[in-house]
Amino acid sequence: MTLLDQFQLLLKAANWPDWAVYLTPAVVGILLIIVFILTVVIVFIWWERRLLGRFQIRTGPNRCGPEGIFQPIATAIKILLKEDIVPEKADKLLHFIAPVIVFVPILLIFAVIPISEGAILVDLNVGIIFVIAISSISVIGIFMASWASNNKYSLIAGMRAIAQMVSYELPVVLSLVGVALVAGSFSMIKIVESQTIPYILLQPLGFMIFFLGCLAEMNRCPFDLLEADSEIVAGYHIEYSGMKFAMFYLGEYGIALAYAGVIATLFLGGWQGPLLPPLIWFLIKVFMIFSVIIWMRATLPRLRVDQLMSFAWKFLLPMAVINMLIIAIEVLVGTMQWLMIILNFGFAALLILLWSRLFTLGGGRVEA
Amino acid sequence: MAIRTEPFYLNIGPQHPSTHGVFRLRVTLDGEVVVGLEPIIGYLHRGIEKLVETRTYTQNIPFTDRLDYLSSMTNNLAYCMAVEKVGSIKVPERAEYLRIIFSEIMRISSHMMAVGFFLNDLGAMMTPVLYMWREREKIMDMFEMVCGQRLLYNYMRIGGVSQDLPEAFMPAVKKFLAEMPRYIDEYDQLLAQNEILLARSKGVGILPRDTAIAIGASGPVLRASGVKWDIRKMDPYSIYDRFDFEVPTGDSGDCYDRYWVRMLEIRQSVRILEQAIAQIPQKGPVCADMPQFFRPPKGEAYGYVEAPKGNIGFYVVSDGSIAPYRVHIYPPTLINITALQDMVMGWKVADLIIIFGSIDVVLGEIDR
Repeated sequence: MTLLDQFQLLLKAANWPDWAVYLTPAVVGILLIIVFILTVVIVFIWWERRLLGRFQIRTGPNRCGPEGIFQPIATAIKILLKEDIVPEKADKLLHFIAPVIVFVPILLIFAVIPISEGAILVDLNVGIIFVIAISSISVIGIFMASWASNNKYSLIAGMRAIAQMVSYELPVVLSLVGVALVAGSFSMIKIVESQTIPYILLQPLGFMIFFLGCLAEMNRCPFDLLEADSEIVAGYHIEYSGMKFAMFYLGEYGIALAYAGVIATLFLGGWQGPLLPPLIWFLIKVFMIFSVIIWMRATLPRLRVDQLMSFAWKFLLPMAVINMLIIAIEVLVGTMQWLMIILNFGFAALLILLWSRLFTLGGGRVEA
Repeated sequence: MAIRTEPFYLNIGPQHPSTHGVFRLRVTLDGEVVVGLEPIIGYLHRGIEKLVETRTYTQNIPFTDRLDYLSSMTNNLAYCMAVEKVGSIKVPERAEYLRIIFSEIMRISSHMMAVGFFLNDLGAMMTPVLYMWREREKIMDMFEMVCGQRLLYNYMRIGGVSQDLPEAFMPAVKKFLAEMPRYIDEYDQLLAQNEILLARSKGVGILPRDTAIAIGASGPVLRASGVKWDIRKMDPYSIYDRFDFEVPTGDSGDCYDRYWVRMLEIRQSVRILEQAIAQIPQKGPVCADMPQFFRPPKGEAYGYVEAPKGNIGFYVVSDGSIAPYRVHIYPPTLINITALQDMVMGWKVADLIIIFGSIDVVLGEIDR
């Protein structure tokens, strides 16, 4: 029974009309989720700048408010006051709706992420599949943006986007099959409740594949080829300014929050944790994941486009398939959980070692 | 049915984050693969070679600062050496040591910028640059102590240097030299064995030994291709024959070697500096006796030094007046960049950026 269901029962008991009983909790829930997303995203922006500053032996923003906490708000005001420029030869309609198509699916993901005990908009019985399906829509928006801008840099980014998103979708989905197998359900709530031991321990390899796949899907370092500022300047949002750019900017952090939430839910036990309230535990886990992402951004150079492809097809995909088979056999045999931990860590180490010896990222000069 | 494809022209620069100034590349792309390249230079042309003809010999020294503005000291040195050859001027002992000390500090600083921005081109998000700026900042402070400037020093004079060291300098440089090896180890820890850096730069943009010699490349670009050529060893100018140091070389001439040779050269520069600090005479004049308006006898001379980026040369022709009749500058990076076309053909856009970055160009020198 989610909080929304309880709210509905309450309204029904108070003799509200049927449509209001159905509609009011939904609207309230959606507003709450949006407020939650925007608040966390603003903190994310501040946290990323601050932490990146620390990694790079500088202070980071520290002028607006205590510890620079109001810097994202200043940035938001700055972006909103900018002129909205549309290139003359752009496809006006696509240029206009592309940011929306990028941003809306990200909001939709949050419908199935339980941010606290029972705090979920809809407990779909196909929650994971919903996340995968919805998150793939953003790439259409990115391609629209890059095509409609009528800019060569952004066109390259668009081509990269399609290739990257399509390639990384497969390992991401396959690595989640393991989770669904052990939990016995696709529902997010059931998955969280079944995690007496967080799945990161039960399936370390699955976690790694999913985490790397997510990095690629959210265009984060070292897979940030779409906006590689040293190569194609800003990629798909090169011709965007003002509010439209703000949508992309929010979307970038929104999807980071969404995927961090999904990872926390599927692999780190969601809201579960001792002592502290569930919401706090969820936020702690999300911030831990986001901090790791920032850490990688501060440390690693970027992969090349063909290496990115071979990393997906030669490394992640076969490993995801093998991981799925191993988990399936273990579940079928009914292995004890402690044995599963030992076995899967062993398999993970073995597979990673084997693959790093057997395969290279390859790629090289194309002879004319 | 074959898909109709056609090449795709892309203008990289003159305003682009990775062109290290105002370089422009007109690239023909087949998808992401570079199939044609036309470098276009001249956006920073200031006519320095003509300007120097209307100014006295000493007034021309600030112009040399503005060639390769990341290694002004070595430019000063090369010009002063050329003029001293024309006028047969003997430089005092202490001045020679000061010149070597500042050239080598300059080399450390320039190589740090080169490596840092090479990593930035690779997409490492400013972190290596900022770590290297931590030490470069100390170098800047030392230069400021000596000549009051942090970028365009105008420190060397015909016949010596402009002023003696302040008292605070020696302790600062000793502290710097004591700390430096540890910091270089730190950079190597961060970068040298980074898997992505290796995948991106090993075997990329190979400059074969023969080509390197044929185009007349010099500096780390030449040495990375396996040619043990360093003017400090081959034709020891000033007092380089008194120091014990090695000339590091690479074996394959790829981007990684160019990066690695620079890191090794920083270590060698620290070695030279330690010896120079130990040997420098405590007292003595820092500049030869020079008339206010220096009129060298009729004649011509070529002064060249091993600058951080290669062999920089000044060809000075004197007609006996207070201004040079003609000064020609032999810029190392202009010569090195002629190899760019051979190096990038068949590589991807992302490789084009790092190959260009690994040559380490400064446009002030190319365009003059």
